Amino acid sequence: MAAATLTMAGALNSALRDAMTADEDVLVFGEDVGTLGGVFRVTDGLARDFGEERCFDTPLAESGIVGFAVGMAMAGFRPVVEMQFDAFAYPAFEQIASHVAKMRNRTRGAVSLPIVIRVPYAGGIGGVEHHCDSSEAYYAHTPGLKVVTPATVEDAYSLLREAIADPDPVIFMEPKRLYWSKAEVELPVSAAPFGTAAVRREGRDVTLVAYGPSVPVALEAAEAARDEGWDVEVVDLRTIVPFDDETVVASVRRTGRCVVIQEAQGFGGVGAEIASRVQERAFHALHAPVLRVSGLDVPYPAPKLEHVHLPGVDRVLDAIARLQWDDAPDLRFVAGGAA
Amino acid sequence: MTTHTSEPDTTAGATTDAPFSRGLLPAPLPVRFLNDAGERVQTIVDDYAEPAPEQLLEAYRRMVIGRRFDVQATALTKQGRLAVYPSSRGQEACQIGAMLALQPGDWAFPTYRESVALVTRGIDPIEVLTLLRGDAHCGYDPMATKTAPQCTPLATQLVHAAGLAHGEARKGRGSVALAFVGDGATSEGDFHEALNFAAVFKAPVVFVVQNNTYAISVPLSKQTAAPSLSYKGIGYGVASEQVDGNDPMAVLAVLNKAVAHARSGQGPVLVELHTYRLDAHTNADDATRYRDEAEVTGWLARDPIARLEAYLRGQGLLDDDAVAQVAAEAEAVAADVRTRMNADVEVDPLSLFDHVYATPTPQLLEQRAQVQAELAAEADSAAEDAAATQKESR
Repeated sequence: MAAATLTMAGALNSALRDAMTADEDVLVFGEDVGTLGGVFRVTDGLARDFGEERCFDTPLAESGIVGFAVGMAMAGFRPVVEMQFDAFAYPAFEQIASHVAKMRNRTRGAVSLPIVIRVPYAGGIGGVEHHCDSSEAYYAHTPGLKVVTPATVEDAYSLLREAIADPDPVIFMEPKRLYWSKAEVELPVSAAPFGTAAVRREGRDVTLVAYGPSVPVALEAAEAARDEGWDVEVVDLRTIVPFDDETVVASVRRTGRCVVIQEAQGFGGVGAEIASRVQERAFHALHAPVLRVSGLDVPYPAPKLEHVHLPGVDRVLDAIARLQWDDAPDLRFVAGGAA
Repeated sequence: MTTHTSEPDTTAGATTDAPFSRGLLPAPLPVRFLNDAGERVQTIVDDYAEPAPEQLLEAYRRMVIGRRFDVQATALTKQGRLAVYPSSRGQEACQIGAMLALQPGDWAFPTYRESVALVTRGIDPIEVLTLLRGDAHCGYDPMATKTAPQCTPLATQLVHAAGLAHGEARKGRGSVALAFVGDGATSEGDFHEALNFAAVFKAPVVFVVQNNTYAISVPLSKQTAAPSLSYKGIGYGVASEQVDGNDPMAVLAVLNKAVAHARSGQGPVLVELHTYRLDAHTNADDATRYRDEAEVTGWLARDPIARLEAYLRGQGLLDDDAVAQVAAEAEAVAADVRTRMNADVEVDPLSLFDHVYATPTPQLLEQRAQVQAELAAEADSAAEDAAATQKESR
């Protein structure tokens, strides 16, 4: 297929189509995913083209949807279920934490649950309350789940195909505000596998670690930082679980400075985990403490105030500025330093 | 109200997948075939064929073995061989009836109280007790036994049963899923979501509510205002029934039909079995804090095993020799469980890292190496201690 301009929503739709074509056990179900094609149109046309046996609406009950998927997976299907919005997935949390995540372990490998739970997440779309939560930390804290979040159109396709093919359950977190981002992509595309972070931009002075909706923010900040004289590297995690320590640590070893960006509230978040892992593994390469740029520790704000909450370019640049550049030894004045 | 049967129906199985005559509605009183004394009484709904004598004899045998196993398991908690045991003593008709209504290709979704049912299903008693001994979370292979892991989060397994039943039907396997739940768990959201999903997808699943009147200590009156838990099926479009759960003949008759109804594609069935938990919630519970001894004694008079034994003896289907033979078989099962449960089981600490994912993450491999090093250090230090002790003693 020739390269075409695709949105992230379109790439996700293509991934579902291609997976359903490749394997008749792949089923798509959830609230409004059938005739309507999902509130974000990610499942657009699937019920029409594959029939209501393959893509169907369910009763409005998230725990029921995920629990039903557990049973369907035990019967040999590969369910891809949609939680309509991040905060609406909470009723399913018991099913996810107590069953989906643990089934392989508690049955000592006898029962696999190849289930993908798609969660449109995070903010930046002016949504009213309960429509904008960044819930990735809840899932990432639960052993047995893989937690995946694409930041590019190409990754949206490639990671969703990999998620559906994976023998383990995957929480597939789709950044809502990137649904309509566009790129030239030739499908099918196979990007790097789970557990591989991507260096989206190379730089020598500081590493920005980001994922999902924060990756474009990091790239924009990196561009703006050039004016300040900083050469910024941007790492896109792609998968929070499994986590790619190697790529992140290698980058920080090169740059000596690190800022972690997450849209979620900061306390106890994925960013805290990343900061810990970096300082545990690259302490002597660091010229400054690892800083976090995150959302505020407040319930997700009403639309008129979400711009204050969301980490933007300025907050990232401020963090970069606080990386003790002045305290760093200036090799020009150190005996035996730069000749 | 439907007509009363004047004669016991002896054509077992002949009409069992016919639609329920009352539609979704349960009988106004629990369906009974045998009274407390084990005498055959008129049934108030004529939908249910009397179980065949062979099935009744098998139910008797299984109940005797099941109770002996249950008492043995409780004893093992006192000897420290089991971490905990939730007894189902008194509920044998429910546990056995549900399993005997199934075919080998059917699925069961038990809770933690279904040990006796699982033994009846043919799962090795030691594998049934693995969870409660603390060796692992599930002792048997769910796929090989077509039995889901014993489920502790209440009612969550019911939705799995609905999904599996729908999936099996779509694969054309002709199997039924039977899912257990207790009276307390009918208050959980997943109970309602499961009934609704099963009905909407017409999934071949039978929900068996063992109403033993207590959720640990909380009596049914504080659990629900519904006249009967079987009424909860109606609102979801699920055919529902209530049964005297201490009447093995009634339990078998109704569940035989419920399973046939589901298998024939007519959708799910909810069956409430009225029964009683004679023992405390588990060995760690003190039932005297919430119920009188007189209440327990009253239920002893409705014992399911004694009822069926009286009936079968009256029919000339069971005599002293047969009773003694079954009792001896039950003793042998208990002795085997005792012997095998007294063996110490080594659990490999490194198995913690198996089966978290199909392929372990790099982080899990790091932690595995760390634990391996800790274990090696412990072993070294134990060896040094032993050597030092030996030196001192010289």
